[in-house]
Amino acid sequence: MKKIILIYLVHIGFTSLVFAQESLTDTIKEVQLKEVVVIGNAASKNQNENKPLGTIDSYLEKVNSVHMIKRGAYAWEPQLQGMTSERSVITIDGMRIYSACTDKMDPVISYLEIANLSEATIQSGQAGAENGATIAGNINLKRKKSGFINDGFKGALVSGFETVNEQKIEGVAAQYSTENFYSNIDFTLRSAENYKAGGNREVLYSQFSKYNVAAIMGYKINDKQNTEVSLIYDEAKNVGYPALPMDVSLARAFIGALQYQNTLTSNVFSNWETKVYYNDITHVMDDSKRPDVPIRMDMPGWSKTLGMYSKIDAAFKKHLFSFNISSHYNTSLAEMTMFPNNPNENDMFMLTWPDVATTYVGFFAKEEFKFKEHWTLFSTIGTALHSNTIRDDFGLQSLRIFYTEMEKSKTRFLKNFSTQITYKNNKWQHKTGIGYGERAPSVSEGYGFYLYNSFDGFDYIGNPFLKNEKSYEINLSTQFKTKNITTKIQTAYFHITDYIIGKPNFSFSPMTIGANGIKVYEQLPYASIFNADFSIQYKLFNSFTFKGKTIYRMGMDNNNNNLPLIQPFSYETALRYQKNMFFVEFLLEGAAKQTNFSPEFGENQTNAYTILNLSASQTLYLNQQRVVLKLGAENFLDTYYSTFADWNNIPRTGRNIFINLTYSL
Amino acid sequence: MKTLNFVCLLAILLLTSCSSDNDNLLEPINETQDLILVKSIESNTHKIDIYSKSGYFEQGYNKIYFQLKDVNENYINNASVTWKPMMHMMEMNHSCPYSAITRKAESETLYQGYIVFQMPSNGMEFWTITFEYSINGENFTAEETVEVLMAPKKRINVFTGSDDVRYILALIEPANPQVAINDMTVGIFKMENMMSFPIVNNFKMNIDPRMPSMGNHSSPNNVNLTQSTLDNLYHGKLSLTMTGYWKINLQLLNALDEVIKGEEVTDSNPESSIFFELEF
Repeated sequence: MKKIILIYLVHIGFTSLVFAQESLTDTIKEVQLKEVVVIGNAASKNQNENKPLGTIDSYLEKVNSVHMIKRGAYAWEPQLQGMTSERSVITIDGMRIYSACTDKMDPVISYLEIANLSEATIQSGQAGAENGATIAGNINLKRKKSGFINDGFKGALVSGFETVNEQKIEGVAAQYSTENFYSNIDFTLRSAENYKAGGNREVLYSQFSKYNVAAIMGYKINDKQNTEVSLIYDEAKNVGYPALPMDVSLARAFIGALQYQNTLTSNVFSNWETKVYYNDITHVMDDSKRPDVPIRMDMPGWSKTLGMYSKIDAAFKKHLFSFNISSHYNTSLAEMTMFPNNPNENDMFMLTWPDVATTYVGFFAKEEFKFKEHWTLFSTIGTALHSNTIRDDFGLQSLRIFYTEMEKSKTRFLKNFSTQITYKNNKWQHKTGIGYGERAPSVSEGYGFYLYNSFDGFDYIGNPFLKNEKSYEINLSTQFKTKNITTKIQTAYFHITDYIIGKPNFSFSPMTIGANGIKVYEQLPYASIFNADFSIQYKLFNSFTFKGKTIYRMGMDNNNNNLPLIQPFSYETALRYQKNMFFVEFLLEGAAKQTNFSPEFGENQTNAYTILNLSASQTLYLNQQRVVLKLGAENFLDTYYSTFADWNNIPRTGRNIFINLTYSL
Repeated sequence: MKTLNFVCLLAILLLTSCSSDNDNLLEPINETQDLILVKSIESNTHKIDIYSKSGYFEQGYNKIYFQLKDVNENYINNASVTWKPMMHMMEMNHSCPYSAITRKAESETLYQGYIVFQMPSNGMEFWTITFEYSINGENFTAEETVEVLMAPKKRINVFTGSDDVRYILALIEPANPQVAINDMTVGIFKMENMMSFPIVNNFKMNIDPRMPSMGNHSSPNNVNLTQSTLDNLYHGKLSLTMTGYWKINLQLLNALDEVIKGEEVTDSNPESSIFFELEF
């Protein structure tokens, strides 16, 4: 149970899969579906989550290596290891999904619900390169499923309310499982009005509503083989982005997968898993709710991805291997139509993403080698072929305005490797590792056409001549753990060469009315990013737990200028009391004044802040059916504040009282 | 990939078979397929069918094609033809810039040339075109009134420059603007007298395309126009970053790089006094 208390701070259990891994266990699963199987644990697990019906975003935000860029109440953009989202790969059970919004308003996780997922695995740096070339690492979200256990029918209802934006959360889940078959279905609905920042100040255009329906079904063909089909449909409407000049009228995703698994019983090979998947994203930005805009516009975007992977585990003497071949094909298309104030003029149309096809074929292998008692060596190696082709001639001609010589296609070869050595005994665990990885530029970085960034006020132009970005990393971590205390220090240093970033080019005229100018993606000789975090939890007198954490990051370019959106010194400290079915927690979180910010990116200094969160829960049993009631208050003192990660300094939510109710049957 | 190869192969086979079929057909000559008849001039001896891409004439540059036929509908392709457009105003007559007539390359029947109508027809004032042609030493004349419509967008500038010469600038290309770097062609003419409008040589023309509806957004990588020795017209490159309404601000420079007309676009001066308009 202690393990669970610090679930986002510690390595969960022992896994041969990964290193530098942090794991989150989603409560919904436990509450709704596992309560009968693991009664005591399931109940207490739930109690330890501050807000069981929070969004995936709020779950991920608790991970030390992740922070969230917020443009409003919905669809936060996760940044891993202090790096922008182009540098990390987000996958669902290994499936690649490309966002469809040119302005990063739809990170992949915004198309999911907590009810769809059982956990998120965060792998930093090159350890996360299995699911795609990356610099910062990989966040892999795991689908929730009951598995082949003879559990029969189960169901759960969840309901939640939050005062700060009158958010209503309703959910229903059902599962049926036998030894040869399982089926999980869930439906979640969320809708919220504008939220209020500290001091009861309403933040306009921060409303949202979405629903999500998902199903997963598994069938066991025989003792060794099974198949699984997984479907997710997610649709958000009327989503406000108060930090941006535009909102979203529709964000829709269909995510489907078919999987075949074979537990081979050869001496060498074991679990062989193959999956084919397809996802289709539609994202429509609009400004029809805004009363005052220089010009009306529509900005729809579409992203479709077809992919597969096949991976197999193997064991040979003291070596554990895993091999993965993956491939995907994505097309990204985005348009902008502007409607002139003079109705007699023709509409102004451009392709902001020129229907870019990305073809990726990768091979990845990892090895775990216990070469001595307490000592393990982890190694990974990967290569990939990455190719971009502009499919739309209109878009190609548009980009050739800037790059007359550019080709329609570009193919790259990407490489990565890493190695890490671990020493582990009863109390201590030390790790150190190095890695090298490369990534291709994103669609926007390579082929974006006048993408307006409302933070620095520049229109961004992609650059098809960018080289691969390359990262050299070193990481070091130490953990000390006894019955009552767990502490951990993690550090990671990335030296990134050919670092891709937009730089102003004042010979170009901006497109967006009122923009400051044009930035073209260029490459710095290098940039450095350093991350360190410290966490501690201490159990006092059985019922009390103290926990604390601090995070420090630094990001510099080759001229020692600050990189944008680097987290200032941040901290969190909490005291928790837990007895039987009752739980209460006081939590302080805050950050120091931001001293290292990037004026070039439009950043200004963010002030220090501290906020207080409270939460309490009680689990009840009514006729053997479990009801968990959770009450809490976030930002209890109603502080008006914003953090470094708030786009255009948009204020965060003020005092929020939430109530979460789960009813299992 | 295999599928793709197969599809390509199939497509090639199909195309080859189609084109060989066509080779066997004897098609009647139809060189006006992409053109629309504007006007026919009929005399006792001949008929002149005048065509353009649009089927009408409008203010500004007009590329004009015509066919000459005898009364038996036989095409005459060996005539030597000259023409003269004339504006009949209330008080006076004047001509306009126009080219010599040539036979259209690789065509059996078409003659071609251009006329720059600097003003549209109106109720009392009208344009005529007079054709003078000789066939096997015999001379003929044909004259007809043509209607010239007012152009919805500004494709021509007529002004007196700082050197007291009257100039006519006519936009020729792009006729079908694209979101791309477009080839831009302009004819620069001066008015020697009411009847003579020769091409001006060795001038330059600076361009600054702008979108007034987009806060005067401009585009990169434009190339100012210089004269080509091939056609004596002025050629450059025009970048258009999106569809919509564009104003191409102009500055006309003489051979000494002195500005004859037109002002630079700045924050305080949103447009030049001479400009073309494009909308697509």
